[in-house]
Amino acid sequence: MANSSKGAIVGLGVTPMGKIYGRRAVDFAAEAIALALEDAGLQKSDIDGLLINANLPNDMTPGAQMILGFENLTLVNVMTAYGSTGGSMMQYACMAIREGLAKTIVLVYADAPLTPSRGAGQSYSGPHRFPLGGMTGLKAAYGDFGANLGYAMAAQRHMHLYGTTEGHLGIVAVGQRKWAQMSPWAQMKAPMTMADHHNSRWIAEPLRLLDCCLVSNGAVAIIVTSADRARDLRQPPVHVLGYAQSAPGDNLDTSRHPAVETGAARSGETAFRMAGITRADIGSCQLYDCYTYTVLVTLEDYGFCAKGEGGPFVADGKLGPGGALPTNTGGGQLSGYYMWAFTPMSEAIVQARGQGGARQVPNRDFTLVSGNGGILNFHSTMIFSPHEGGG
Amino acid sequence: MSQSAAKPVPVPDEISAPFFDGARAGHLMLQHCTACGKWSFPVRERCPHCLGAKLGWRAASGRGTLYTFAIMHQVMNPGFAAEVPYNVSQIDLAEGVRMVANVIGIANDQLRIGMELQAVFEDVGMGVSIPKFRPVAA
Repeated sequence: MANSSKGAIVGLGVTPMGKIYGRRAVDFAAEAIALALEDAGLQKSDIDGLLINANLPNDMTPGAQMILGFENLTLVNVMTAYGSTGGSMMQYACMAIREGLAKTIVLVYADAPLTPSRGAGQSYSGPHRFPLGGMTGLKAAYGDFGANLGYAMAAQRHMHLYGTTEGHLGIVAVGQRKWAQMSPWAQMKAPMTMADHHNSRWIAEPLRLLDCCLVSNGAVAIIVTSADRARDLRQPPVHVLGYAQSAPGDNLDTSRHPAVETGAARSGETAFRMAGITRADIGSCQLYDCYTYTVLVTLEDYGFCAKGEGGPFVADGKLGPGGALPTNTGGGQLSGYYMWAFTPMSEAIVQARGQGGARQVPNRDFTLVSGNGGILNFHSTMIFSPHEGGG
Repeated sequence: MSQSAAKPVPVPDEISAPFFDGARAGHLMLQHCTACGKWSFPVRERCPHCLGAKLGWRAASGRGTLYTFAIMHQVMNPGFAAEVPYNVSQIDLAEGVRMVANVIGIANDQLRIGMELQAVFEDVGMGVSIPKFRPVAA
């Protein structure tokens, strides 16, 4: 028997995703929240907590409360640990509910970086105003822009140490595209072969276009309440049984590097212990997949295989449909939609409820969810279950 | 996108001036804590090891090894339109800190993790020089 519920997810709202122009992030947020309230069978006035997460500087500020028209909240925060934030928000929401600080909290992520004149490649590439002072200017002088390079350097190091190949990366992308074809929310549904992956253009070697996540305009909202209150609501509750963060503090002074080990190692161990389960109990993984490489290193650090063996571990296609370890069953960020940790969280909710339709995994007892921020700097882990646990 | 656009030139600020002054004089100047005796990079106001404010400057050896690298194919800034594909590399310096820079004087497909490198200094215009790294001849 697993340990008891730390909080229950009772509502999920996912807007249309992708090249949807002319709307600001907070408008996507409003739509996602409306969808989540309808999903949960709750009224807007039932909400007394609002946790906001946004990527680019935009209108997702504390002032979003007033744009969204929420009144009498007892908990409001904009939170960030970059792509790991969803896990931080879930921790805070569950703790706040257990402390009695709020009863029913909306967690929302919204982003709208794409415009008709600014595509995915330029969306998150950093400062474009020059001149730049000091160390920021030094990075720019080396052409060190955006996250692609940091992940490419991590993947290169992993390849050097462990013999990871582009085939190992490709099988992740191909498997997730197959999953995406079964998700109503996924942006990319065209069939993808290994050859398609290997022939896609270089972004930052050793990463190709099809190793990199999408960029999406859209929003996801998740409603969290207590396990007791969840029993009377419209949807089968999804219980949060474990959650943890780990930020090892990788930096240029300490000569460690996230290619070798990420925060997933410690965060995963803590979350499994909190939930009272082991990785053998996991029915599916919903892992942060900003790049194909991120999936490999995260699986290693969660202990599904030994360090360095992530590539050979996935080479048989076990992450794809029909495989032994279904992973990123909505297509993930690579083929589904890029909403930071709300991509894996949203799919985990669908799977834990048993609402995955054609992509539903056979074992939905325990779903492993990860968030990852920065260049593999910040990690969060969650374990979702239809079971309340305890006893 | 113009092929002749200039690459961005860093503007030394108060805290980083000794780093850029050193580069112009042909030295890799790094911060060194006079309280705890440790090196640090990138340049900042306080020692990241002990949080003391007694950071001094010392000339580093300029020697290092290639920790990892990536070859950039995207043009994120018009100044690099004629540069792609170029490498961005992490170099483990002999002093124990890791720097991001470009390795020059070698084809990208000849880069090898672990190769020995030596800092060289490139004039990037506007009176500013920056360190880059060149393979040490075998």
